[in-house]
Amino acid sequence: MSLLVDDLKVYYRTLAGDVHALDGVTFSVADGEIMGLAGESGCGKSTLGNSLIRFDARMRYVGGHATIDGTELPVWDTDAMNGFRFRTVSIVPQYAMSALNPTRRIGDLVADLLKAHGMHPKKELPELRRRLELVGLDPAVLGMFPMELSGGMKQRTVMVISTLMNPSVLIADEITSALDVSTQKAVGETLVGFRDRGFVKSLIVITHDLSILYQIADTILIMYAGHLAEKASGETIISSPRHPYTKALISSLPEVGIRYAEKKLTGIPGTPPGLLDPPAGCRFHDRCPLASPKCLEKPPFVEVDDGHFVACWEET
Amino acid sequence: MSSTPVAGPLAAEKAPTPAAASRWSGTQESIHFALRNRKLVFGLSVTLVMLLFALIGPWIAQHPPLEYGGDLYWAPTTRNGHWFGTTMLGQDVFAQFATGLRLLFIVGALAGGIAASIGMVVGFTAGYRGGFVDDMLNMLTNVVLVIPTFALLLVIAAYLQVRGIMTEAIFIGLTSWPWAARALRAQTFSLVSRDFVDMARMSGRNSRQIIFKEIAPNMSSYLFMMFILLFGGAVLIAATLDFIGLGPSNTISLGMMMQLSVQNAALQLHMWWWFIPPGLAIMLIVGSLYVMNVGLDEVFNPKLREL
Amino acid sequence: MPLLKVDRVSKVYKVGAFGGKELLAVRDVSFEVKPGEVTSLIGESGSGKSTIGKMILRLSPVTRGTITLDGVDVSALKGRGLKSYYRTTQGVFQDPFSSYNPIFKADRVFNLIRSSYFSGMDTPTWQSKVAASLEAVALDPVQVLNKFPHQLSGGQLQRLLIARALLLDIEFLVADEIISMLDASTRIDVLNLLGELKERGLGIVFITHDLSLGNYISEKTVILRRGCIVEMGATEKVFGNPQHPYTKMLLASVPQLHSKWEELEPELKAQVAELAEGPAALQQHVAVDGDALPPEGETAELVEVEPDHYAAVV
Repeated sequence: MSLLVDDLKVYYRTLAGDVHALDGVTFSVADGEIMGLAGESGCGKSTLGNSLIRFDARMRYVGGHATIDGTELPVWDTDAMNGFRFRTVSIVPQYAMSALNPTRRIGDLVADLLKAHGMHPKKELPELRRRLELVGLDPAVLGMFPMELSGGMKQRTVMVISTLMNPSVLIADEITSALDVSTQKAVGETLVGFRDRGFVKSLIVITHDLSILYQIADTILIMYAGHLAEKASGETIISSPRHPYTKALISSLPEVGIRYAEKKLTGIPGTPPGLLDPPAGCRFHDRCPLASPKCLEKPPFVEVDDGHFVACWEET
Repeated sequence: MSSTPVAGPLAAEKAPTPAAASRWSGTQESIHFALRNRKLVFGLSVTLVMLLFALIGPWIAQHPPLEYGGDLYWAPTTRNGHWFGTTMLGQDVFAQFATGLRLLFIVGALAGGIAASIGMVVGFTAGYRGGFVDDMLNMLTNVVLVIPTFALLLVIAAYLQVRGIMTEAIFIGLTSWPWAARALRAQTFSLVSRDFVDMARMSGRNSRQIIFKEIAPNMSSYLFMMFILLFGGAVLIAATLDFIGLGPSNTISLGMMMQLSVQNAALQLHMWWWFIPPGLAIMLIVGSLYVMNVGLDEVFNPKLREL
Repeated sequence: MPLLKVDRVSKVYKVGAFGGKELLAVRDVSFEVKPGEVTSLIGESGSGKSTIGKMILRLSPVTRGTITLDGVDVSALKGRGLKSYYRTTQGVFQDPFSSYNPIFKADRVFNLIRSSYFSGMDTPTWQSKVAASLEAVALDPVQVLNKFPHQLSGGQLQRLLIARALLLDIEFLVADEIISMLDASTRIDVLNLLGELKERGLGIVFITHDLSLGNYISEKTVILRRGCIVEMGATEKVFGNPQHPYTKMLLASVPQLHSKWEELEPELKAQVAELAEGPAALQQHVAVDGDALPPEGETAELVEVEPDHYAAVV
């Protein structure tokens, strides 16, 4: 098992109380697996991704464990995590393109990063150049400033930098959202290439865009309001989902080929619950067409089929 | 210009639940944080105490400030109402101090007000219009910025027989607006590109209405803080000018008190009551204004608040 | 029948110190918007689609060409003429939170309209007008009125802006990427709302980078690249029978929900690469010193491939 997450709970501290952003999630990602993490805003996917690498000031660890290759990740301790970041678990953050310091050359940034992790920039240079070429970037990029590169180029640069030390798990947080369609394809394919070449063992791709996940992910994990809803292979999620939320989500996505005049798609009425004081039981039940009194008790996330997990009383 | 890149799609939906759950309106929340902020409370208290002193002081002083009396070199005492002692020439230090304090507030407010007004006009216009107008106003700002104010004041002083408070205040106001204009221009730039300005245009509003009804209110905290900084700056400049003898010629101010005390070797004569009160007052007022400003920044900017 | 016509419109920006260089953002674009139809402007970043939207909304001046509404040149309007133009044409933008002044309540956008256009109206009439508008966009007045923007969701804010536009009985709406910052489940509701409005007779300019959205909602599609139209026509014809290599590449790169990305054919790849250096007809989007606008008449001709389907000659 590459990554094992067990009942992880992370809340946000606010003036009005704790926001239950991540309320007990348990799942695993195998070696070589690209898992897509999808859901709407406020579902907790970014929180999950970030909690595995670095807590920001407002996040509060409440409970649970995360294990990579058998070793526990001390996610609650920022300093202890220093030894794991970049080597064992790495992240390509959201808005990575604007995460590059505009006043420094890319090469200097990389050198600093490597030195901070006890590596010699000169020694790593050949490998760095090789990887840049592999993703289709001219190694001369190292001498340039961020503003000289296009969005897609910056994204790929950050991806190469994040995987330089061959981490076991790479978390990619909304890396394709701000890109053009043609660049999205290039970046998505680059990501899969990293896994195929062994630069990373497993990937967690966080996005709201299910169609991208269908293209590049092996499995997709759907989250809703801080809980897990469904996990299955990409093909299964898209063509035969079992959780009511997943079904409603899939049927609300327009595709090239579907036209308003022929088939009107429908959204999901209502809004996700506030997480300051979340409702008991299944958090989707007030919007679910199949809701019943049983749903007031939180359904367990169980395997209903080979590799197919669902959290719904109607399905188990 | 190319279209804005496709933004992170869920940035719009990230309206954090805490804000939606807030029980208070924006103003109430601001007041709550304001009262809890120690820097703001401290700064405001000191300033208000000094202001009170400035208002009441001249009334309760026992002697006119410039009157030469017979009690020379007196240390602070309750005799004859010389609570702060007297100067070389028998003038009551308390009366001088109180008058000077009042003058300080007047000059600060006036000069700060003038500088703020000019800064606003120039900054808003440059930021909103952009292009050629912006370039021209930038040149003007830069020119005024590099004018050596000291030399200019010497020249003016040479020509004016009598200099009053107004002259000093106007002069300071006319020479300290450039950095305010710069800062406001930058703020205006960032707001003008926001969509709500386009929305206001599409609702039939003209430029003047947009600047004063949409943009300026958004910067109200910034404008307020800027005025405080200009006030503090004006006080310091006035004190400096007074100290080197370029102050008003018909009255006494804190800076002038310090100038006279140095000229008359008060330090060597251990007449601490002559130069310490004015110096301390200037330091306290300007310092507390700046501290207040830092506190205000925390109040207005939610990201700086501690939870 | 009102007609919004964009006729040979170009936009040049002056950039650099004192405006020395020029940037060609939109080049010789012509198309029509009819009421009851959605016309999509589809393109990637830098295609000029948002710039065209801003020019239609008079938020950016036209450098060359005309935009006419029923024959009246819109780009020349000022003052009162401009104000009455806004009674016929309004816009909604991408970022709902940027469209509202954060220090005021959200429904202030209605009040702005009221004081500009309905100042004589008495309050009860106004309130019922607002209620009717909110109903047309499926918003509950109790939930959205008297709230600050940060207390509402992105979807609600966008609908509120559409309701604002409807207060004016507009004929045309420019929707610039209004869906892209919304959640998946809200997107389709706002999109369906546009469908309803078009059925009620509104002419909509739908600007997007997302081909599946354009395909879903629009009757006519205009594909833009670097400020030029490369293909346009009836949506099913443009998507079903793409002619221009750029259109083909876009369609091949869109992530689909039921089929995987295919490797681009080498021939298509070569054609797309050639576009970048290609003939003068598709000029680069770069800052040049001096006059960026080419003399009249020197543009890529749009050739009629079939009825209601045009593609640029390469």
